Amino acid sequence: MADLKTEFLGISSPNPFWLASAPPTDKAYNVNRAFEAGWGGVVWKTLGEDPPIVNVSGPRYSTIHSNDRRVIGFNNIELITDRPLQINLDEIRQIKKDWPDRAVVASVMLPMNEESWAKYLPMIEDTGVDGFELNFGCPHGMSERGMGAAVGQVPEYIQMATEWAKAAASIPVIVKLTPNVASVVPPAKAAQDGGADAVSLINTINSIMRVNYDTLTMYPTTDGMGTHGGYCGEAVKPIALNMVAEIARTHETRSLPISGIGGITDWRDAVDFLALGASNVQVCTAAMVYGFRIIDDLVDGLSTFLDDKQMTLGELVGKAVPSVTDWQYLNLNYVEKAVIDQDLCIKCGRCHVVCEDTSHQAITNMVDGERHFQVIDEECVGCNLCVSICPVDSCISMQRLTSGNDPRTGNAITDEKLTWTGHPNNPMRKTD
Amino acid sequence: MPSPLQLNGNGDAMANNEQIKSGRLSKAEVDENFADLHPPLTRSEALIEADRCYFCYDAPCTTACPTGIDIPGFIQRIRSDNLRGSAHIILRENIMGGMCARVCPTEILCEEACVRNTHEEKPVEIGLLQRHATDPVFESGEQLFERASAIGSKVAVVGGGPAGLSCAHRLAVLGHDVVVFNRDGKPGGLNEYGIAAYKAIDDFAQTEIDYILSIGGIELRNNSTLGADIELDELCEDYDAVFLGVGLAHSNDLGIEGENLDGVINAIEYIAELRQADDKSTLPVGRDIVVIGGGMTAIDVAVQSKRLGAEQVHMVYRRGPEQMGASVFEQALAQTSGVTIHHWASPERITGDDHVTGVEFAVDNSDEGMRLDADVVFKAIGQKKDAGPGSVEIEAGRFVVDIDRKTSMDGVWAGGDCVVGGDNLTVSAVQDGKIAAISIDRYLRDS
Ligand SMILES: Cc1cc2nc3c(=O)[nH]c(=O)nc-3n(C[C@H](O)[C@H](O)[C@H](O)COP(=O)(O)OP(=O)(O)OC[C@H]3O[C@@H](n4cnc5c(N)ncnc54)[C@H](O)[C@@H]3O)c2cc1C
Ligand SMILES: Cc1cc2nc3c(=O)[nH]c(=O)nc-3n(C[C@H](O)[C@H](O)[C@H](O)COP(=O)(O)O)c2cc1C
Ligand code: SF4
Ligand code: SF4
Ligand code: SF4
Repeated sequence: MADLKTEFLGISSPNPFWLASAPPTDKAYNVNRAFEAGWGGVVWKTLGEDPPIVNVSGPRYSTIHSNDRRVIGFNNIELITDRPLQINLDEIRQIKKDWPDRAVVASVMLPMNEESWAKYLPMIEDTGVDGFELNFGCPHGMSERGMGAAVGQVPEYIQMATEWAKAAASIPVIVKLTPNVASVVPPAKAAQDGGADAVSLINTINSIMRVNYDTLTMYPTTDGMGTHGGYCGEAVKPIALNMVAEIARTHETRSLPISGIGGITDWRDAVDFLALGASNVQVCTAAMVYGFRIIDDLVDGLSTFLDDKQMTLGELVGKAVPSVTDWQYLNLNYVEKAVIDQDLCIKCGRCHVVCEDTSHQAITNMVDGERHFQVIDEECVGCNLCVSICPVDSCISMQRLTSGNDPRTGNAITDEKLTWTGHPNNPMRKTD
Repeated sequence: MPSPLQLNGNGDAMANNEQIKSGRLSKAEVDENFADLHPPLTRSEALIEADRCYFCYDAPCTTACPTGIDIPGFIQRIRSDNLRGSAHIILRENIMGGMCARVCPTEILCEEACVRNTHEEKPVEIGLLQRHATDPVFESGEQLFERASAIGSKVAVVGGGPAGLSCAHRLAVLGHDVVVFNRDGKPGGLNEYGIAAYKAIDDFAQTEIDYILSIGGIELRNNSTLGADIELDELCEDYDAVFLGVGLAHSNDLGIEGENLDGVINAIEYIAELRQADDKSTLPVGRDIVVIGGGMTAIDVAVQSKRLGAEQVHMVYRRGPEQMGASVFEQALAQTSGVTIHHWASPERITGDDHVTGVEFAVDNSDEGMRLDADVVFKAIGQKKDAGPGSVEIEAGRFVVDIDRKTSMDGVWAGGDCVVGGDNLTVSAVQDGKIAAISIDRYLRDS
């Protein structure tokens, strides 16, 4: 079994799986259960000033389901911890004592004045926590009070608050970023400039789940009124991965360690984040949907994968980053065609109708009067739509043309690379 | 109607044979045996099952449905919680979509064609989904159809079975007025008198017919028989068009010695009585039963006898399992219900003095032969049509029709079991009625 022991900013944990700051890490009872189940670390539910905030007593959560009610996306309007600070601090102190080998990081959210940071951070650090995570991401409620995402959306504020935190703390400081921005690079850069030891991302995405079809009000509501929440769970993973990869491949930010968050449900999701540049990962929704026992699959799946690849965890981190580039650097001379495996095809006709209606009219539905689905190479642009929607695994595959001409364009297949930067159709092309 | 157990031979079968009696099982046991064969899906089950449908293009299941229901379309509407839209898609092609959901041998129709069979050898449960979508409409009676404006036309429909009622409903929707002449005391044909009781519980046949008639413009006259109370010539005179959906009135005879003994019974007649009984535990049932035949009727009488409490039920068919009219599912149902099926055996003689005591069979590729004891023998070797009106062309005892279900006689259409090429399925009868109605509508509007 591959060793999953992780050092993140010098904070060690038996595996790279931490529970993100959220209800699963709200109090000692939950965190004890999480550690008993095998989680490597927790980021404690965000702490704030006393008196604590107040949560609504109506619905906090709602979901997008598949028809068999598998949770695809999850939304919440919960605020930061609603318990008095001292209770949290006492519990953190005890937990850290009881679980010395696990990572315990305190998430904090404080107003935008230096005194607050100077007052609270030493108090929290005194519990023995391993680090801080600054919550600049919560997109609902707290942002209306000038905290959370309201800070995370303004790079200058991020930098300022990070500097205050670094000045008040002697343990590592992670800045948790909001995805509710046009580009995640400036906020990451601001955190780095403020002295952050790492960034974690993503927090939740602004969202309204749906309306109630009977009352035609938004759904869910608290006494007839609703407010946008934060979206998370499986559906947000691609958004999070892009942001992680952007930070990992951008020259100015690429040395910043990343804790990857957003939609991680099974070990493959963790591989995505790690390979795209995260050094560890955090999980919230999947635990809230299935309970803490999912850690078994996460740990077992990841170590089996590393064994199969004969790779260490460290070698996996960032492995895929060099393959991420800008569109303009993609090879326009590279040609693939869809190929249907007739032995696997169940003749549902979906590939035909989608290619016919929405793509390139490149798949038959009848050949010699028989129901038969076959790619017409003269029309196929290699877009991967049919592969994406075919209900049978591996039935359609994309295969590269390596010689001859592309039957669609008539152009000769060549090994020579041609990107948009040098393409004759590009008026701005670089010429030698 | 006297019990068919007393219909044959000379004497009173009940008095003659102490083995034929009711009360072999308690009422509770009988009720359980005649509960819904395929219980309806719950909402959750339906949503999960609907998700299994791939929403095929030019879907093979639709091609395989004799009424051409847009199956992926109705399943998609179940998925999106639009049950009324789903029911409309079904009923606009097949007004008996409720009954068909219960009685269609889906394993040889839509579900056989489902591409999920190729993927995982388990089709989408189209029949159960169809029932899920249509049940609420029959419960509420909500009208999903609107009649086109009338053109003052009047059509006679003979026969109130699936073919006749389907024809009548479509004609009514298309704006014509219809009179249905029906021999039986109740409408529905074999839906009411034939289909196995556990396939359509809670008087569903009549619920469905009430819904069909609620469109308006259809007058139903029961107890009026073509050839006795009315004649085809009169109908042709008094109406603008005529549709014949008279089914097959007579059971075929075995033509062997002993056929007229007490206890030798037409399966169809016994089933009709069973279907009409309010309390099935009061029905007389034999102890040792032999059923002769290999179709749906044979299976149904065998299974229902067993479920009424018969001890031994043997079903004997002269050819092999592949040739049986009953589908693989029906054969399995018989076997799991405790019916013993024998193949390749033809009845030679029914034995007994007054009352039947057994049947002797010749067995293919064997000199031995076979004898089975019996106190009741059911004949289930197919039905044939009434002599019927002489003016319409007939082949092998059935009306000859073209693809529009037009007969040789001008202004007369026919469909269902009574036509050549009819495949003795409810769903095919419904399709015949629908096609004929569309053709009649065209004829009436053109003329
Ligand atoms: C025992 C049994 C079980 C079956 N099980 C199934 C099954 O599970 N699934 C399936 O799909 N199919 C089944 N079938 C077949 C199905 O019932 C028939 O194919 C279908 O009912 C045919 O419809 P129809 O309208 O043509 O005829 P019928 O249903 O026979 O209706 C004929 C109607 O015409 C009336 N009529 C007859 N003669 C006259 C006349 N001279 N004048 C006026 N009215 C007349 C009758 O009163 C009756 O109402 C079964 C059949 C039998 C016998
Ligand atoms: C109910 C709920 C409450 C949350 N509360 C906090 C919080 O207090 N502090 C914080 O930094 N993030 C909070 N988050 C965001 C999560 O920590 C995490 O960043 C986000 O849910 C994405 O990860 P996931 O897809 O694994 O859930 C919360 C999320 C949920 C669902
Ligand atoms: S989508 Fe896949 S299974 Fe369906 S017809 Fe196309 S290739 Fe065959
Ligand atoms: S790859 Fe795109 S263009 Fe080619 S057959 Fe598939 S859907 Fe059509
Ligand atoms: S064949 Fe099966 S999967 Fe395809 S549309 Fe019909 S029911 Fe759905």
